[in-house]
Amino acid sequence: MTTFRMSLLAAAVMVAGVAHAADVTTISGAGATFPYPIYSKWAEAYNKATGVKLNYQSIGSGGGVKQITAKTVDFGASDDALKPEKLEELGMAQFPAVMGAVVPVVNIAGITANQMKLDQATLADIYLGKITKWNDPKIVALNPGVALPEKLITVVRRSDGSGTTAMFTNYLAKISPEWKETVGEGKAVKWPVGLGGKGNEGVASYVKQIDGTIGYVEFAYAKQNKLSTVQLKNAAGEFATVSAASTAAAAAHADWKNAKDFYLFLTDAPGADSWPIAAQTNIIVYKEPENCAQTEAALKFFNWSWKNGAKMAEELEYVPLPKELVGQIQAYWNENIKCEGVAAITK
Amino acid sequence: MSSTQAGALNEVKSVAPINRSKLSFALGDVVFKFTALFFALVVLMLLAGIIVMLVKGSLPAFEAFGPGFITSDEWDPVRELYGAWPSLTGTLVAALIAMLIGLPLSFGIAVFITEMAPQWLKRPVGTAVELLAAVPSIIYGMWGLFFFAPFFAAYIQPGLVAALGPLPIFGTLFQMPVMGGSSGVSVLTAGIVLAIMIVPFMASVIRDVFEIVPGSLKESAYAMGATTWEVVWNVVLPFTKTGVVGGIMLGLGRAIGETMAVTFIIGNASQLGSSLLDPGTTIAAKLANEFNEADGLQMDSLIAMGLILFVITFIVLMLSKLMLMRLAATQEGSKT
Repeated sequence: MTTFRMSLLAAAVMVAGVAHAADVTTISGAGATFPYPIYSKWAEAYNKATGVKLNYQSIGSGGGVKQITAKTVDFGASDDALKPEKLEELGMAQFPAVMGAVVPVVNIAGITANQMKLDQATLADIYLGKITKWNDPKIVALNPGVALPEKLITVVRRSDGSGTTAMFTNYLAKISPEWKETVGEGKAVKWPVGLGGKGNEGVASYVKQIDGTIGYVEFAYAKQNKLSTVQLKNAAGEFATVSAASTAAAAAHADWKNAKDFYLFLTDAPGADSWPIAAQTNIIVYKEPENCAQTEAALKFFNWSWKNGAKMAEELEYVPLPKELVGQIQAYWNENIKCEGVAAITK
Repeated sequence: MSSTQAGALNEVKSVAPINRSKLSFALGDVVFKFTALFFALVVLMLLAGIIVMLVKGSLPAFEAFGPGFITSDEWDPVRELYGAWPSLTGTLVAALIAMLIGLPLSFGIAVFITEMAPQWLKRPVGTAVELLAAVPSIIYGMWGLFFFAPFFAAYIQPGLVAALGPLPIFGTLFQMPVMGGSSGVSVLTAGIVLAIMIVPFMASVIRDVFEIVPGSLKESAYAMGATTWEVVWNVVLPFTKTGVVGGIMLGLGRAIGETMAVTFIIGNASQLGSSLLDPGTTIAAKLANEFNEADGLQMDSLIAMGLILFVITFIVLMLSKLMLMRLAATQEGSKT
């Protein structure tokens, strides 16, 4: 009798559980604009496969953090990784969702994609305004056999606060002590020189329009707009070309295991094949969410996307997370994201 | 109250139809009066709300930097140091350039349409000017960035620098830009594009007010042997000065507050260059660029700049009213 009642109870709980999970029909998220195309692509496929919708507002990383703090969304998305102390204070967990790269692009008559090579010091000096002409001996020395004009360099950068700028300035601060000292890093900085374009498209249009420009944009954007990307010397001293493979290499060489809350900058990554300005974009959720079913659904969405969405990411020039990293994230979830003391997600 | 009124209405209706209609007219008047009052008050309340919000939001910035916020040319989000000076001067300089170019142009267009153009040309030119006003500002921005700035850099900038650059003092305004190189993206180009944007507004308002000048006044002046210029300057302008100043203020307001087009072509540089050919920024452009991702002191400083923009607009309006009052006073004086 008791066993019968127990099993009945168990069945009821199971039914309730199923009904509970099925209750979630829409997940909501807000934040970074950079991953918006891939999130919407994943969302479309996920909706077809499971019937669950994702409503993602690409309002900017800062906005994403604000929205999740105000608990108006199920997850926040930020290009800027939040510091573990900050996450601790907010009671939130953070994990990467997808990766991308930032690449310098140039417009010099006669120079094609990946023809120009720059090393750390030259790139920093151009953005510091210390190298002002394209035929500067330092640039010529790196590019033997390339005809460089005696033209003023027009430096282009973002005028709006942006995660792309955060990645780029983080890289410059790592490779140039002078940059770190005088300018620093962040979503917006006090640029020593240059024109400010609004958004990737603003920078790209300046670079396309003006002869003798150098700017920086997201890799996906450079590729779609066929901008002349630049080869950069990486931490191993090799010239790297921006690609999904070189970005993935940077991620593979990174020490994720020892990075608390995946707080890690992929810039200037070790490895001969690594692209030096790679970055992950992050998802932020509450560690003990009030509405557990919603958070659980969000985690399931990302889990599904990593499993089934790698190809979609590559088509859009994003770099999917390495398998090993996905495993680490799942372990992190089990350990950190709890619903009434139980791990919010079981694989 | 409304129910008792409705009851009263019904009663009246059953007794005398004429009385009912009178009463409903009275009621309509009352309702209309209060509705109109409400709409007027909404504007006042909105204005008060905006002022309160701007002042409250900008307090932290003024507490942190003091009045020096206005004159500081620092804008460094990394070190959390902010100042409004480059954006403030950029706003004023770009608007000034726009007025210097746009005002004579609009005045000329208005005079031509009302006084000189043959009948068949009046309508096409007038309509064309009005159509220009309907073009969205982002179109002007894109035209400025893709066409005008490169054109300016290639054909006008070198000549300007060669001709005006060597002049003492004045020449510093026309030095080859250090930042931005050969792009043509600068405070001057932004001012010129702004001028093109405000001309339709000013020209159509000035034309409209010129047209209300009674023909008999002008005919009398012509009959006395006045030239077209004398008629415009001595008859038309004094008669229409309120409207003309209104049109100018409309243009100036737009020049000061324009955001999208300016963001495209001014170069968004937070540093202040000494040359007009250097890139710069304006308050509106700065707000549009940085509001999205700002927080903390940066947000407070942006709101403080919004307050400054508000104050500038207020001062401009006040000056125009003062000017009109003085004009009216001198005219009274000359009559007696």
